[in-house]
Amino acid sequence: MIGEVLEAVLRVAGVLAAFLVLPLLIGQAEHKVMAHMQGRVGPMYAGGFHGWAQLVADGVKFAQKEDVVPAGADGTVYRLAPGVALVPYLAALAAIPLAPGIVGVDLEIGLFYVLAAMGVAVLGTVMGGWASANKYSLIGALRSSAQLMAYELPLVLAAASVAMAAGTLRLTGIVEAWQPWWLVWQAIGGLVFFTAGLAELSRPPFDMPVADSEIIFGPYTEYGGLRFALFLLAEYAGILLLCALTTVLFLGGWRGPFDEVLGPVWTLLKAFALAFVVIWLRVAMPRLREDQLQRLAWQVLVPAALLQLAVTGVVVLL
Amino acid sequence: MALRGLASGLATTFGRLTRRSVTAQYPDSLPELPPRSRGVIALLEENCTVCMLCARECPDWCIYIDSHKEEQPPATPGGKPRQRNVLDRFAIDFSLCMYCGICIEACPFDALFWSPEFEYAELDIRDLIHERDRLREWMWTVPPPPADDLGAVEPKEVEAAAKAAGRDAGGPSRRATRSDGAAPAARPPRTAPGESGA
Repeated sequence: MIGEVLEAVLRVAGVLAAFLVLPLLIGQAEHKVMAHMQGRVGPMYAGGFHGWAQLVADGVKFAQKEDVVPAGADGTVYRLAPGVALVPYLAALAAIPLAPGIVGVDLEIGLFYVLAAMGVAVLGTVMGGWASANKYSLIGALRSSAQLMAYELPLVLAAASVAMAAGTLRLTGIVEAWQPWWLVWQAIGGLVFFTAGLAELSRPPFDMPVADSEIIFGPYTEYGGLRFALFLLAEYAGILLLCALTTVLFLGGWRGPFDEVLGPVWTLLKAFALAFVVIWLRVAMPRLREDQLQRLAWQVLVPAALLQLAVTGVVVLL
Repeated sequence: MALRGLASGLATTFGRLTRRSVTAQYPDSLPELPPRSRGVIALLEENCTVCMLCARECPDWCIYIDSHKEEQPPATPGGKPRQRNVLDRFAIDFSLCMYCGICIEACPFDALFWSPEFEYAELDIRDLIHERDRLREWMWTVPPPPADDLGAVEPKEVEAAAKAAGRDAGGPSRRATRSDGAAPAARPPRTAPGESGA
């Protein structure tokens, strides 16, 4: 009994630690990689060595700021929104396996659960945009929900293709069933999943909802201080979750040479390589227009995901 | 088409990532300024005769000069005592100065120079009036003038200095230079273009 409790506490602590540390690593990597891709050097002073403590300093700064709720805002919803944006990612992260046995909870319907949680997180953005009583926030929130509508479908279809191939919704089961040749077989699905996931996180080039050059900062316009920091953290937690999930579904998770010992390293390595791609795309691509966003989702990603589903179905039947 | 654009964007940004950044971390590493940088105006007060030309030419009147006259004993016994201007105050208000450099152009006695020094920000605008001691200190930061181009015409000042040197040394040398200008051997030696500036 005590052993079970202890194990549960350990798993929760591990998930929490990963949730608090890995997004910051991605954030710092974004600072530095983006800077060097643009011929700059990024933060250099915080912490002494190449600005490694920049995000810690940012966190301290955010924590010191005044907690402002606009007069016209719907206070309760406004205060709740950052939590709604952040907590689902924590909940979803608990189901992502790092290696066999190293997982928060190995759910039977893990894939379904993680996708559902990712969908909920977008609600935080919509809530924040609606409750802020600000036209830019509202426009951002509506764009965000339109984006969720458009991209949830290809995301789920692409994930369904893997689930069909593996014959299970359990994430560890999917990794165990994964074969290297799936890289080719599920390539379209993987691309669609990753792209749609980026759009769901409203990461550039799909950052129409926050489009800072036209609607200030979209749903986050009125936010400041710790609540804003939570939204930012949610963005990076979202990147982590998307990359980890893509790794687990399409890149074989912990599978690789010496995966008996190096399993967790492989998962993290693949996830961070994908996070690098996320950052890279942000630097290389201009923002897509709203109509281009919708066209990409409905005219490219959905048919591609359906095609992948058909291919998977045919191969599975054979 | 869109994919080609995306690929070229990714290639460009990745290529940039692999190269060293050009950022200079300014307070840690000082910038390499181009020659003849216009940072601040320095004063060589030994050359100043208080002619006031700089203060008059200044478009926004940011140069303040005070002086008094001193009587000098005659150079030869029984001669007439002469008067000489003595500089009391020379200040430039750098909150007004627009760095046009007209004062430097106008100075007939080479008392004003461009210095590349640029770190003289102040917290109070009134502290931007810099007095002669500070202006004199900046004189030490004035770099030597860049060397002449190969085969450039010799500046008039050099010729004048050569003449003056010849006159001081005695008549014959001067006459030699005068009589046949084509004989360069008679001229005072001049360093090669590469080192003449130093």
